[in-house]
Amino acid sequence: MAILTQEEAKKIIDKVLSYAKADETEVSVYGGRTGNIRYARNTVNTSGESNEIQLSITSVFGKKSGSSSINELDDASLKKAVERSEEIAQLAPENPEYMPMLGSQNYTNTKTFIQASDNIDPDYRAQLAEDSIKPCAANDLVAAGYLEDFSGFVARGNSKGLFEYNTSTSVDFSITVRTEDGTGSGYAIRDFNDVNLLSSKDVTTIAMQKAQASKNAQAIEPGKYTVILEPTAAGDLMGLLTRGFDARSADEGRSFLSKKGGGTRMGEKLFDERVNITSDPANLLIPSAPWDSDGYPQQAQTWVENGVVKNMYYSRYWAEKQGVDSIGRPGGVIIAGGDESLADMIKSTERGVLVTRFWYIRAVDPQTLLYTGLTRDGTFYIENGKIKFPVKNFRFNESPIIMLNNIESLGQQQRVGGDLIPAMKIRDFTFTSLSDAV
Amino acid sequence: MKRRDFIQLSSMGFGALATSGLLMMGNSVSAAQLLEPGIDAAAKKILADTALNAALAKGATYTDVRIGRYLNQSLFTREKNVQGISNSESFGVGIRVIANGTWGFSATSNVTPDGIKACAETAVAIAKANSKLQIEPVQLAPVKGHGEVTWDTPIKKNAFEVPVKEKIDLLLKANDAALENGAAFVNSALFMINEQKYFASTDGSYIDSNIHRLWPTFNVTAVDKASGGFRTRQALSTPMGMGYEYLDGLAKDKVMNPAGFNSYSDSYDMVEDAKYSAIQAKEKITAKSVTPGKYDLVLDPDHLGLTIHESVGHPLELDRVLGYEANYAGTSFATLDKWKSGDFKYGSDKVNIFADKIQPNSLGNTGYDDEGVKCKEWDLIKDGVLVNYQAIRDQVSILGENESNGCAFADSWSSVQFQRMANVSLKPGTDKLSPAEMIKNVEKGIYILGRGSYSIDQQRYNFQFGGTVFYEIKDGKIEGMLEDVAYQSNTQEFWNSCTQICDKDDYRFMGTFFDGKGQPSQSSAVSHGSSTTRFDGVNVINTGRNI
Repeated sequence: MAILTQEEAKKIIDKVLSYAKADETEVSVYGGRTGNIRYARNTVNTSGESNEIQLSITSVFGKKSGSSSINELDDASLKKAVERSEEIAQLAPENPEYMPMLGSQNYTNTKTFIQASDNIDPDYRAQLAEDSIKPCAANDLVAAGYLEDFSGFVARGNSKGLFEYNTSTSVDFSITVRTEDGTGSGYAIRDFNDVNLLSSKDVTTIAMQKAQASKNAQAIEPGKYTVILEPTAAGDLMGLLTRGFDARSADEGRSFLSKKGGGTRMGEKLFDERVNITSDPANLLIPSAPWDSDGYPQQAQTWVENGVVKNMYYSRYWAEKQGVDSIGRPGGVIIAGGDESLADMIKSTERGVLVTRFWYIRAVDPQTLLYTGLTRDGTFYIENGKIKFPVKNFRFNESPIIMLNNIESLGQQQRVGGDLIPAMKIRDFTFTSLSDAV
Repeated sequence: MKRRDFIQLSSMGFGALATSGLLMMGNSVSAAQLLEPGIDAAAKKILADTALNAALAKGATYTDVRIGRYLNQSLFTREKNVQGISNSESFGVGIRVIANGTWGFSATSNVTPDGIKACAETAVAIAKANSKLQIEPVQLAPVKGHGEVTWDTPIKKNAFEVPVKEKIDLLLKANDAALENGAAFVNSALFMINEQKYFASTDGSYIDSNIHRLWPTFNVTAVDKASGGFRTRQALSTPMGMGYEYLDGLAKDKVMNPAGFNSYSDSYDMVEDAKYSAIQAKEKITAKSVTPGKYDLVLDPDHLGLTIHESVGHPLELDRVLGYEANYAGTSFATLDKWKSGDFKYGSDKVNIFADKIQPNSLGNTGYDDEGVKCKEWDLIKDGVLVNYQAIRDQVSILGENESNGCAFADSWSSVQFQRMANVSLKPGTDKLSPAEMIKNVEKGIYILGRGSYSIDQQRYNFQFGGTVFYEIKDGKIEGMLEDVAYQSNTQEFWNSCTQICDKDDYRFMGTFFDGKGQPSQSSAVSHGSSTTRFDGVNVINTGRNI
């Protein structure tokens, strides 16, 4: 049984803590089932399932800490693991940045666990693959897809009285559909906590439509274009911005949030005033962990309000050093959108490019947050409010900071990789070359 | 909830790296435990036979079993502090079978006769279940059994035997060298891996391998607070299939490059490179911003390796060509019809690229691959023409061959083996030529060292690469440092613009420790050998922006 109940987990953690002799001891026990099915060329290649449980101990003497972990939960193994962890801690060098463990905290439960997702079995996975492959094969299209599902728990307790327990489930499904002659390719991806929200058939239908519509793409000149980024494409780039809100890097002068002459750009208006970025672990569409990586309860936060930087992440160590409150990195972020549908956004576009997704995105310059990458699996030219024809893929060189100053409009949101991201219409997006890739 | 959220849920109290992988990456242990011997080969043979017999009894027509003990040690420092010391051990068995003409795989950490028997039976059951969806039965290229053999990475100094303190002292000494020379920040790390793999198959092979790899690296940052500018400079080390002797930094392994500082071949002077790094990171802040246009590029092996990896290594993986990676890494422009034509000019006549898993000191160096095939060297591009791919036992029949190239690999006992990149290397030029002599003939060019930003499309046509340091070449001379440089090209156009390759005296490796592929993703380590090489008239863009 890979998922321990809260009581079972607490009993084991308390037992380990009773064996401990270190100044401070922390015990985590976590586990779960991970399953997957992968298919390509309209046939299943691999599928599997694994169940794992692991217990990890951290022992601290002064500012020296050590860890050990095991998969066996019998008394003798637990005792041995405690001894080993304490032995490693005694031998470790001091960590001047070590922060004492937190005591008891109040966490609010978030709805991260959905029973239906926990019930996924090999038959479900095979059916999901069949629902995706069959319509493709029937339409002379070639499907390659992947589902990964997870159901698990994590519990943690320490010698200062902290205890926490959480269960969670997830499903991540992606599908690429290509035409048999290789001239068209489409893609769609979805992630949920609740498998009932996933229909592989519906998601595959989107990829099929894109594959057929993207056949025989035409080349248009690279340059600056108004782009409509579907939420998947927008999410590919926005995550690069929102993951960079670390106060320490900014204070140290090595971040786009560093201020000329020293300090950070907190309070500065860096983006268009329609940009609002928040996080909330209790959001039902993107529920996330009830605690942050330092162990504090995860709170709803505002990161950017009307284009102004309002908050950055502060680790406990850095917060203490700067004399501010610690703020953890959120589980998922919410970028405010609007009511416009994708169709509305296309309709109001005189000349532009619709982007399904980006690929192989790499940092070019951390100073300006410049990234490069390519469009992939469905790129279309828009003229006078209509999709005119598929276009060859482009390489871009662009910074999400510049993008968020060039907003034409923000559309409806969609969950993308645990974040809520709107479709975005952006002017002057920089495409620097063409690619023949389909 | 995404996996990263789960990792965050479970991350407290552990070093960042200890939780950056999957849940099943192994257990944290002490450094001393990494030196404890695993079970001996005779015991492993008995366990392996248990698996082979159990699968056969359930109807498997082929079985292979890998009993793996994977040991890792990673050390992390920042400026004057040790940030983390991580030791891990992962031990288990992976069993792969063919039943009803279909693959099945199962893995277990229960390394007992009962656990292994049950695991083998599960693998057969999965194969039989999946066979209902099978379109064509697996065709496995024959392999003659090797009997009981062993293979060890020929290391001189086992990195796990070097005391942790000695290794930490080296990292902190490198950090000091960077700080003393003007770095604002420096992070350094040392990764060490020992794979103890026992492979057995129904072909009659029992292969006991002991493989070592290591990677010392750092990242130095210089900051000019007044202007708000900062620049980083990475180590010019490379991961190697070597022991701790790679860190000896021997004088004979230092190569004074045309930019006036040392590059490294078979051993690395980390402290010296850290000093150069700080000086160069500072210089980068005020270096001249490149004027976009066409330049002749002179690429150092420590840079060119990644270009080879992305624009030759990946597109010539047969599973990508066939569409098995379509939903993730992508497919390939190097389609079978181009190969069959026999005259597809991948590059200029100078370009000869080979694959292998046998070059000494390389990351791919191993006696046998993960399906029991003896490793070898073979040509991919000959005199500029595409001649072959990288393929494994169940793929080579598609190429009309009956011998695997020997490049199957699994990153853990719990992962199924599949086709992974071998070392892919550019043959040195046959005429005597040094990098300095090459540069003498370049009128308008850029000399690029080290890996930087790299991005390539899903069929491997269009790429953009940066680097670590760039120097302007004018009328045969190095004029000074450049910044904001990236080159954009098309794979075939780029390799056809190759006009000169330095000789074998300049041949060095560049490697990558964490090459990702597959779903669920597996990582592998691979080296790329080359000598400094010239490419003419390549499009260079300026990546500077104002925000």
